[in-house]
Amino acid sequence: MSCFISKYADELAKNAAYIGTPGKGILAADESTGTIGKRLSSINVENIEENRRALRELLFTAPGVLQYLSGVILFEETLYQKTAAGKPFVDVLKEGGVLPGIKVDKGTVELNGTNGETFTQGLDGLAQRCQKYYEAGARFAKWRAVLKIGANEPTELAIQENANGLAMYAAICQQCGLVPIVEPEILVDGSHDIKKCADVTERVLAACYKALNDHHVMLEGTLLKPNMVTPGSESPKVAPEVIAEYTVRALQRTVPAAVPAIVFLSGGQSEEEATLNLNAMNKLQTKKPWSLSFSFGRALQQSTLKAWAGKEENLKKAQDALLVRCKANSEATLGTYKGDAKLGEGAAESLHVSNYKY
Amino acid sequence: MIVNSVNGESMENALRACCKGIKIGKILIHREGEDNGQQIFQNQSMLRQCRAVAEAEAIVKDVAETELHSPPTGVCSFGFAHIIHLSSSPTLTMSAFVGKYAEELIKNAKYIATPGKGILAADESTGTIGKRLSSISVENIESNRQALRQLLFTSPNALSYLSGVILFEETLYQKTSDGKPFVEVLEENNVIPGIKVDKGTVEIAGTNGETTTQGFDSLGARCQQYYKAGARFAKWRSVLKIGPNEPSELSIQQNAQGLARYAIICQENGLVPIVEPEVLTDGPHDIQKCAAVTETVLAAVYKALNEHHVLLEGTLLKPNMVTPGSDSPKVAPELVAQYTVTALRRTVPPAVPGIVFLSGGQSEEEATLNLDAMNKLEVLKPWTLSFSFGRALQQSTLKTWGGKKENVGKAQEAFLSRCKANSEATLGKYGGGSAGGLASESLFVKGYKY
Repeated sequence: MSCFISKYADELAKNAAYIGTPGKGILAADESTGTIGKRLSSINVENIEENRRALRELLFTAPGVLQYLSGVILFEETLYQKTAAGKPFVDVLKEGGVLPGIKVDKGTVELNGTNGETFTQGLDGLAQRCQKYYEAGARFAKWRAVLKIGANEPTELAIQENANGLAMYAAICQQCGLVPIVEPEILVDGSHDIKKCADVTERVLAACYKALNDHHVMLEGTLLKPNMVTPGSESPKVAPEVIAEYTVRALQRTVPAAVPAIVFLSGGQSEEEATLNLNAMNKLQTKKPWSLSFSFGRALQQSTLKAWAGKEENLKKAQDALLVRCKANSEATLGTYKGDAKLGEGAAESLHVSNYKY
Repeated sequence: MIVNSVNGESMENALRACCKGIKIGKILIHREGEDNGQQIFQNQSMLRQCRAVAEAEAIVKDVAETELHSPPTGVCSFGFAHIIHLSSSPTLTMSAFVGKYAEELIKNAKYIATPGKGILAADESTGTIGKRLSSISVENIESNRQALRQLLFTSPNALSYLSGVILFEETLYQKTSDGKPFVEVLEENNVIPGIKVDKGTVEIAGTNGETTTQGFDSLGARCQQYYKAGARFAKWRSVLKIGPNEPSELSIQQNAQGLARYAIICQENGLVPIVEPEVLTDGPHDIQKCAAVTETVLAAVYKALNEHHVLLEGTLLKPNMVTPGSDSPKVAPELVAQYTVTALRRTVPPAVPGIVFLSGGQSEEEATLNLDAMNKLEVLKPWTLSFSFGRALQQSTLKTWGGKKENVGKAQEAFLSRCKANSEATLGKYGGGSAGGLASESLFVKGYKY
């Protein structure tokens, strides 16, 4: 067949399908040391390993939360960390029916001669690293490619480079037993309207799937992590139903049915916005041969972080806040969210940061 | 509600936010043209000139799908009315071209893809139909070509199993012996007339017998003519072959680009394009090889369609089934089904409403059994799977007819039988009982050109 059938083929397909289980989604807890530092400093917590560990323990041991998750993406440091009681995080997750995932890219670098466009690095020695991560218990990986909308952007160069990078990364992951999450994020920054975003998203996704085909990637063993189709950050907002219509149509036009699940990034939307949009998509009566779920970072952790504020006595409050968001998003994957989640402090706060890098 | 508004976009958002589920229709009233007359545009075609909001309302009421309520009091001065009907807005800048025929294209493509129905490919060129006729010792003259097509199109009850018929240009303008245009016969029976628009293949220099398809000259103008004559879909056949070094990247690119260009020109002129990238069955290769090539070719085709802004919801795909090469041992229908559906799931976006397979030299019965197996397969298929058969629908009919008037009735029965069988196959309900001896005869002709 056109795709390379790795020895892990059945396992990849099984794990990818599991991550797409309706009612479940992904917690993106893979903030690099630098990025998690920004989060911690926003609640006046020092960026030391113990605090990073404590935060993640808070998240992974929050009562009732793991049932709403099928996967958690980890940063390399976290993959090897343990609870205070000495239990590896990876085991905590596995026992909770959650697949551990690992961020494998090494950030973005600018493309020469472009207006601030980037490509993603991390291919060197990737196979060896993936093998190590598989041994440590990881079963899926994530690689973030970034594109932006501008007067002349994204350029054909940026689209091709990023699509190609994603495809190479995906092929290598599959050879090593990790389900690759393919993430071509189109930044929300800008004053463009939703139709422009739709146009760009469709072109980018078409390029991605052509590249994946060229690189012999087995689509049944992948996941897609795209942006939702929305107006630019400087444009007036639109209703969730409109976002749902444009987003699902863009996906119908580009994402083959062989892909088992699409797990959206939240890209700066507030917690509540992200949930409402996901819910609207799952309510839409139209052809959706892939399940539509979440892979949220900020949109799952924002109110949790604020509730915690780094203080042990806030542990329960913080874990309750996380449970509220996880449950809400779980309902959103089923189209049953009623918008009645008890909004924690900051749940309606936009999380948009211009030209976000993490 | 016709809203007198300068900033329609934000008004729209506010409306939607406060009136969930509201249907909003869009017309653009444009100050231009003679005596500063206001012109009403919908979907890029001017509807009328008028001078008052009330007039505009009356005009828009005529247009389907726009809900209007009486204007609120106070709104009587004529300005810039802005009602937004998202799916047919002329300002849409999605990757797909949404022209004035968009809704019609979507509707027709969906209709052709109706489960239980399929397409009769009766578009054999004069040369090709000549070969068919000579195989039953019938002279290749216009009246015989007319007689054959009349036999097919007037077969009692057969048309109920068809959603479309592809015609050759000559046939589009022919009539029954009673003087009724074939196009009318089809339309009255809810069968959409289609038209072959390509002009055959030519070799690509420097390759080992690979080809590209011609037919672009005046294609737009021809499509317009065909639309006027009643055609609502078109077909264009690209051909690729499997060999040690084939298909080459050049051939794949050429044919994919050609199909995409043809497709967008059709859509500009109101015809649903059937996209046909046939990978020939000739060769000793196994089914895995066919699958690999088919997936590569289809991926290239859909990339090209995206680049050319083709509206996928208004297209159909006509691919080969994934089978072993003609020189290789045959496999069971279930295997053909599995490889074929997997290849399609990996490459054909869900926005495509239907996939209508070519039969490519399979016998009538083989083609039906394979189609049936695909529809029985328990796997998610976001497009309908149906047929666009030429030889695999007509073979036994032709032989039964033999060119003789007294055989017309029996020939029509044979035709009905194949149509019904394939209809059942699109529903996964084929019982296997309608294979006469003739139906099992292989129709494979090496390097088939038509």
